[in-house]
Amino acid sequence: MPFVTWLKRHLVVIAGLCTLAYLLLPNVIVTVFSFNKPKGRFNYEWQQFSTDAWKDPCGVADMCGSLSISLQIAVWATVGATILGTMIAFALVRYRFRARGAVNSLIFLPMAMPEVVMAASLLTLFLNMGAQLGFWTILIAHIMFCLSFVVTAVKARVMSMDPRLEEAARDLYAGPVQTFVRVTLPIAAPGIAAGALLSFALSFDDFIITNFNAGSTVTFPMFVWGSAQRGTPVQINVIGTAMFLVAVLFVLVSMLVTNRRNSQKA
Amino acid sequence: MTTTDSSGDVRLTGIGKTYGSFTAVHPLDLTVPQGSFFALLGASGCGKTTTLRMIAGLEEPTSGTVYLGDQEVTHLPPYKRPVNTVFQSYALFPHLDIFENVAFGLRRRGIKSVKKQVEEMLELVQLGEQARKKPHQLSGGQQQRVAVARALINHPKVLLLDEPLGALDLKLRRQMQLELKRIQTEVGITFIHVTHDQEEAMTMADTVAVMNAGRVEQLGAPTDLYENPQTTFVANFLGTSNLIEAEVDTKNGGDIVLKAGGDKLVLPESRCAAPTKTGGKVLVGIRPEKIALTHADDAGSIPEGRNRITGKIADASFIGVSTQYVIDTPVCDEFAVYVQNVERDGRLVPGADVVLHWSPAHTFGLDAAQDIDAGVETVEEEAA
Repeated sequence: MPFVTWLKRHLVVIAGLCTLAYLLLPNVIVTVFSFNKPKGRFNYEWQQFSTDAWKDPCGVADMCGSLSISLQIAVWATVGATILGTMIAFALVRYRFRARGAVNSLIFLPMAMPEVVMAASLLTLFLNMGAQLGFWTILIAHIMFCLSFVVTAVKARVMSMDPRLEEAARDLYAGPVQTFVRVTLPIAAPGIAAGALLSFALSFDDFIITNFNAGSTVTFPMFVWGSAQRGTPVQINVIGTAMFLVAVLFVLVSMLVTNRRNSQKA
Repeated sequence: MTTTDSSGDVRLTGIGKTYGSFTAVHPLDLTVPQGSFFALLGASGCGKTTTLRMIAGLEEPTSGTVYLGDQEVTHLPPYKRPVNTVFQSYALFPHLDIFENVAFGLRRRGIKSVKKQVEEMLELVQLGEQARKKPHQLSGGQQQRVAVARALINHPKVLLLDEPLGALDLKLRRQMQLELKRIQTEVGITFIHVTHDQEEAMTMADTVAVMNAGRVEQLGAPTDLYENPQTTFVANFLGTSNLIEAEVDTKNGGDIVLKAGGDKLVLPESRCAAPTKTGGKVLVGIRPEKIALTHADDAGSIPEGRNRITGKIADASFIGVSTQYVIDTPVCDEFAVYVQNVERDGRLVPGADVVLHWSPAHTFGLDAAQDIDAGVETVEEEAA
């Protein structure tokens, strides 16, 4: 039974490849259909190969404007959530204060709460405060739900940090600021980076909370949703593919840098 | 390398530390002469590390002052003190390579050209080849040497070592003890070494302070502490001691004659740390290796003038260089005796009647008001 033996030996690899395919197939479809030239308004059936959409990615009215708003919100939400979240994480790990336990559990609430509920209650809050819905309300909402993720990521890192490292820095003539910049921050950096990346991704593709609190502002996910009712331009696939490529490039570069660093050390 | 110049002495006066209602260190006075290798010895939780951290500035004392030479540093933050620490966990910066770890202190003080100094320091600890590696790529012993180099490169007035060899295995530990001693002699800097290992303290240090429950029990050269302990804790914590409760009978010149059971024991008055008045109680101590064993049949051959006690061998363990006996005696039921295996007497087996005898000059006297077992359990705990 040579086939059974072969199967036994390679089962793990086969299962792995199947899982990868399962994960990546949607991305492949998005990419393939970015080269489609649909006949009607919907890009659901393959017609013929074309690079028209890639040559003119902003050819659809309002799409690039919404993309720009989404990117701006994602960047600012990332900055805001990362700074606040890092400070909260340090406070929770390093200091004993009243209500620390309560804060520790409450910080997870936004992750557990159904998004639609949070979206609706946020809208109620904004309306009661008389806030003008738009860019700022979206940004406030995004920072709010990204915070939990940053706190979780940074907290794990700070908790595993040896407190003696900071004492060693102070012992070696580093003042409080130097200690933070030269020792604490670099060691916490991987956690902070993970939190920031998560924030960016979460903010960029959030639809539900944004949709409730956007007023007349249209973000990219909202644009895609809106166009799905009327007809989907191929450019949406182009943007999707481009985002995917940027992410892959990002991973490849960071892997390359780590490898280079490791081989230099050896 | 000990100098008589006292401008670099570490002086602690009335220094103490309390956490809430718990007293970690009772106010204590301590002077560490410049250039000496000083050890703070004690079981875990005795306050030795807290004392060290107060010298480093990592812990604020509740009372008292810390002087480095003529400078009072009690309230200076650690980064303003000319003192460096080697931490128990080494605390090497994981994101920096060995070179940058060692250069850290120099760079923080704004010194630009560090290359030559760092390379020299890495040579001193024999790690020149490893400069570009990260700490996690080195072995425990190498990491330990980096930690020493990182502290020493700053030419501190005092180097503080907090159980620096605790994480190493026994063989490496012996090697590093000699290595640290060599470095200390070479650089001539004052070392203050915290350890719970009495052998380590005695091997390395010129002066040892034995700490117990936040107090210094006794301070002195290793031989003084061992040969003439002043408290039961020191007697039991440093090596093993046989302690016998005895009553003062008469005083005869410089000697005290004591009664223990039916036997008479002689103790030089100068070796007695307790007040002695006729009829009062004293603890008589003797180290196991100072005692000779003679079979009861040969009791007549024992020279006059030696302290003697009769007993029966309860147990004998042969451990190569010596044989360790446990003797059942009327005055103490577990008398420890170590006999070098030079000429072995085949009759000395469990059950044999023997006479234990030793020179009065090796006897020491302690205050009987103390706990006779102080320091005993602690040693067993550390060994476990």
